[in-house]
Amino acid sequence: MAYPGNPAPRLTDGAGSTLPLLAYLAIATVLMVADLRGGFAAQARVQLSSLAEPVWWLAAAPGRLIDAAGEVFTSRAGLQEDNDRLRRELQVNASRLHRLLAVAEENQRLRELLGGTRGFRLNAQLAGIIDVDLDPSRQRIVLDAGSNQNVRVGQAMIDAGGVLGQVIEVTPRHSTALLLTDPEHAVPVQVARTGLRAIAYGTGRTDMLRLPSIPQSGDIRVGDRLVTSGIGGRFPAGFPVGVVDSVQPDETQLFVVAEARPAARLDRGVEVLLVSNLADGVNAGPELPDPPAPAEQATEPTEASAAEPATANAQAGGEAE
Amino acid sequence: MNRGPSGWLLYGGLFLALLLMVVPLPAGMDLARPYVLAMLLCYWLLETPDQVGLGTAFLAGLAADLVAGTLLGEQALRLVVLAFLVQRFRPRLRFFPLWQQALAVFALLVNDRLVDQAIHGIAGNGLLPLASWLSPVLGFALWPWLFLLLDGLRLRTRDRSS
Repeated sequence: MAYPGNPAPRLTDGAGSTLPLLAYLAIATVLMVADLRGGFAAQARVQLSSLAEPVWWLAAAPGRLIDAAGEVFTSRAGLQEDNDRLRRELQVNASRLHRLLAVAEENQRLRELLGGTRGFRLNAQLAGIIDVDLDPSRQRIVLDAGSNQNVRVGQAMIDAGGVLGQVIEVTPRHSTALLLTDPEHAVPVQVARTGLRAIAYGTGRTDMLRLPSIPQSGDIRVGDRLVTSGIGGRFPAGFPVGVVDSVQPDETQLFVVAEARPAARLDRGVEVLLVSNLADGVNAGPELPDPPAPAEQATEPTEASAAEPATANAQAGGEAE
Repeated sequence: MNRGPSGWLLYGGLFLALLLMVVPLPAGMDLARPYVLAMLLCYWLLETPDQVGLGTAFLAGLAADLVAGTLLGEQALRLVVLAFLVQRFRPRLRFFPLWQQALAVFALLVNDRLVDQAIHGIAGNGLLPLASWLSPVLGFALWPWLFLLLDGLRLRTRDRSS
């Protein structure tokens, strides 16, 4: 009874609806281009993202519940075991840290002798990853700290393994970070063994980075460790980025392309460290007693491993400045 | 009073679909996540064309873009295209038997993937991962159940309100 009488209006509807379609398509296209170019749409997006927060919160709720349940039902023996293990690790790490601090001081002295100007002062802060899956074809994650917690766009994100990515969007209570392996991401790196500089691009796969355009004469081998070079100033120098997996000549036979496996655990860690370079001399006085320590610890081994990288670093620093 | 579904069912469903879009799944599975939002829109476009149109699709798409972190306007465009196609073929789609309708929805979702791929290509992101083409297949398998569930819910709320 409701159906007869429909065809006529529906026909005109169909004929007339091409115009709205085109209008909507045009609006969507303009929005996309503006977002891609980082124009006003990107700004609008930052503002509007706070609307998405409740959805993220709800979507992460099951995960939180399971975590909470797991904590409630952990047996006492399990806790005891954890506790023992953590305590052992703490001792080992503390002793390692003491040695590294000494090396760091020595390194700083050498650096001053060389006239290097880049400081090691790092500001670090812990942030949790919210357990939601964003669009899988663009690799980004949501963190539970935002501008209220002094997170800023451009901060580097590391975990226990190494560099994880960088912050690209900040709302008052959340922030979005781009992972190292996103096709749009690139990070300046350096081969820890030889000091060779290159740029590591994301590939869209979580287990691979690509280093194109390395000169044929460049000294790079399978198994080489890559660390951030600090050029460009966005990533602090010396954090592990990955391990070279394969080295092949490219199509032109003029350059070498290397593929590397990221050092960070990209598949769902729980917490990350946000670090940013502080201008030298800014952080006077006692601040952040603990967090900088692990960051510096990660910095040291490569700098201290040989005198060669250190000089290469100094050169790089000179170039960057 | 039996004109359309209650707003709760319509908008609550769309909100749930947004949630489903970001609920964490095991790694690998998340590529093949069925596009429930598109399927819901499809259903409402078929059943209550007076309440749901291109505008709804566009707004839902924008919300999805914000939530899922895609390019602002990407899903809006995809959903508007989908909604337009559904509107065009609505008279035929409505009277298909369920499995045939599911096939049609499958075709729509595959087309949606193609549009997605085109946008990705233009934005310079290359090819979509292969597993993401599984998503329309899952959508195809899911459609009959979704359809029956929504029909049931809709009739029930209608009975209650009249």
